[in-house]
Amino acid sequence: MSSLQIKNLRKSFGSVEVLKDINLEADSGEFVALVGPSGCGKSTLLSIIAGLESVSSGEVIIEDKVVNNEAPKDRDIAMVFQSYALYPTMTVRQNMTFGMECRNIDKATQDKTVERVANLLQIEPLLQRKPGQLSGGQRQRVAMGRALVRDPKLFLFDEPLSNLDAKLRVEMRSEIKKLHQRVGRTTVYVTHDQIEAMTLATRIAVMHQGVLQQYDTPKAIYETPANVFVAGFMGSPNMNFFAAKVVSTDGGFGLVLDGGDGTVLPLINGAHGALSDGQAVTFGARPEHFSPASEGRADRKGRASVIVPVTVEMDEPTGSETILMGEIAGQSAIIVCEPDEAPAPGVTMDFEVDMSKVSLFDPVSEKRL
Amino acid sequence: MAEAVHQAFDPLSTGSRAKQIRSKTIVYGLLTFFALLYMSPLFIIFINAYRPLEEIVREGFISAPNTMSWSYWGEAWSTFCIGGNCEGVSRYFVNTLLMTVPATVLSTAFGLVNGYALSKWRFKYDAWVFGLITLGVFLPAQMTLLPWAFVLGKLGVSNTIGGLVLVHTIQGISFTTLFCRNYFVAVPDDLIKAARIDGAGFWRIFWRIMLPLSPPILIVCVIWQFTGIWNEFLYGTVFTSGSNQPITSAIVAFSGSGTGERHYNVEAASVIFAALPPLLVYVFGGKYFVRGLTSGAVK
Ligand SMILES: Nc1ncnc2c1ncn2[C@@H]1O[C@H](COP(=O)(O)OP(=O)(O)O)[C@@H](O)[C@H]1O
Ligand SMILES: [Mg+2]
Repeated sequence: MSSLQIKNLRKSFGSVEVLKDINLEADSGEFVALVGPSGCGKSTLLSIIAGLESVSSGEVIIEDKVVNNEAPKDRDIAMVFQSYALYPTMTVRQNMTFGMECRNIDKATQDKTVERVANLLQIEPLLQRKPGQLSGGQRQRVAMGRALVRDPKLFLFDEPLSNLDAKLRVEMRSEIKKLHQRVGRTTVYVTHDQIEAMTLATRIAVMHQGVLQQYDTPKAIYETPANVFVAGFMGSPNMNFFAAKVVSTDGGFGLVLDGGDGTVLPLINGAHGALSDGQAVTFGARPEHFSPASEGRADRKGRASVIVPVTVEMDEPTGSETILMGEIAGQSAIIVCEPDEAPAPGVTMDFEVDMSKVSLFDPVSEKRL
Repeated sequence: MAEAVHQAFDPLSTGSRAKQIRSKTIVYGLLTFFALLYMSPLFIIFINAYRPLEEIVREGFISAPNTMSWSYWGEAWSTFCIGGNCEGVSRYFVNTLLMTVPATVLSTAFGLVNGYALSKWRFKYDAWVFGLITLGVFLPAQMTLLPWAFVLGKLGVSNTIGGLVLVHTIQGISFTTLFCRNYFVAVPDDLIKAARIDGAGFWRIFWRIMLPLSPPILIVCVIWQFTGIWNEFLYGTVFTSGSNQPITSAIVAFSGSGTGERHYNVEAASVIFAALPPLLVYVFGGKYFVRGLTSGAVK
């Protein structure tokens, strides 16, 4: 059963259209991540789902009921804000009971619910404190607690972790995931951090300039990005894009990189859309889909691979892996490899490209081929 | 009344010893001079409230007292004749109290609600509404006299304290709305959004979230309105007469009272009675006033 549906949704502020024809649906219990760069309209979309903003046109449907004209309180949702938005003059307990109080839930039930949620989030010792006396991580927990006491149809999160330091962010991320698995409610989670989206979501909606670019599972988004924007936005370090030409070969098609020595990289049959001889394409390959040719790793796994020489200009060891910046056929490239196998800067070394993982895009429309 | 918030750089404590002494002498000398200058009227009035009338007439207003008496205070409060009414200033003091307290409470209450609505809720032409309300801040009181006379007459509350309460409440709303709106703008909108999702409406958000954040600006409004309305004189003089006047207008009537013989000592005591409440409010509330004007709503 679908728990949230957004149909042909548009939103303008004055003459500026910030959401353009958004279509989304989330199944019951799903965790949907809305991801995209700052200013692309994620928060606006979330506010519209919450009922804090009106739509310009289109429909928002929660559990098969059009809620366009319903007030936020009647939509049965709970929201966690980036700023946490804890009521500064109330204690943690009062922050958590305020929503129940507004809904005239009796005192005994309120106490029981607070106890349960405080226990779940381990915030019992904080119940009598004011938000001003809490650390950032504790405020974050309380903000989640305030949402959890409600047991709503939908949980909405607006960049809930972006005010935490890096370490706490990773901790809270897995905690949110655990909570979602435990509570099992449909969740819409806004973030500009593609790693958060990848790790948490069952489906990811990638947005850019008010347009929904792709809506799919994390795996599909990562492996078969719909366009250059999605390919570049998801994944770190970024996917490499090379200008190339399609050439016909005996078995099908291959690629010749612009500015290279003319070596043909054979494409896997059927892995890409219709191609024609001489067609210009953007060839996308992720940094981790290169590996040193000497190791023969792709061959061992039975994957189709091609060897390309890479001139390394700079290396950035992160400890677990080493990021190499260099050139392939005169075009800049980023490659990730194991620290032990990394060549020294200045060296030219052969790398295999795993051709089963690469993407092709139209250089003009930037759409996937 | 402002308290030192942080230790500022002190230029007087730098340089050579001689230079430090010289510059400190100049600064403190000037400050003392001006302080005495501003305090002197209060001091002179205060002294004259104890001096016998013939002594004042003989030696002038500014002179050291020879004999002193407490009796003029009592006379000023309860038996002195003003405009043919021999109840002292107590009657007018009560009039002013009955005018100032309700007008202060009402204008502050309306200001809080207006400020909240104008800063946290969007409605059609809200910017115009705010602009028109705050226009009152810049409108000279003289310009409003005729319209008010008309309104008070129509409502049948001319020459009543109730009429003055109405005038001061409405006139004060311009200020309190401006103060409160500017203060509430700093309250994060997310708090209101969170409360709306929690199921709270306009009034519950006001009572439970905004009002508890309001003490600093509430104190500013109360002090501003209380001292302003207490000391106000034009509306009182124009719209009331005789025993219905507030104390400020009644004191002016001194000059026109009786046969022309002036009771400077009793008048001095009356003036101090009239000035005391705003003075006390400032002495005890002044630091909160300054603090309220400079503090944000949420730390
Ligand atoms: N109330 C508003 N009035 C006018 N423009 C707005 C308003 N809210 C958001 N916008 C604009 O809409 C765009 C999307 O904003 P937002 O949804 O907050 O982006 P995101 O959350 O993805 O960073 C931005 O360009 C922003 O300036
Ligand atoms: Mg945002």
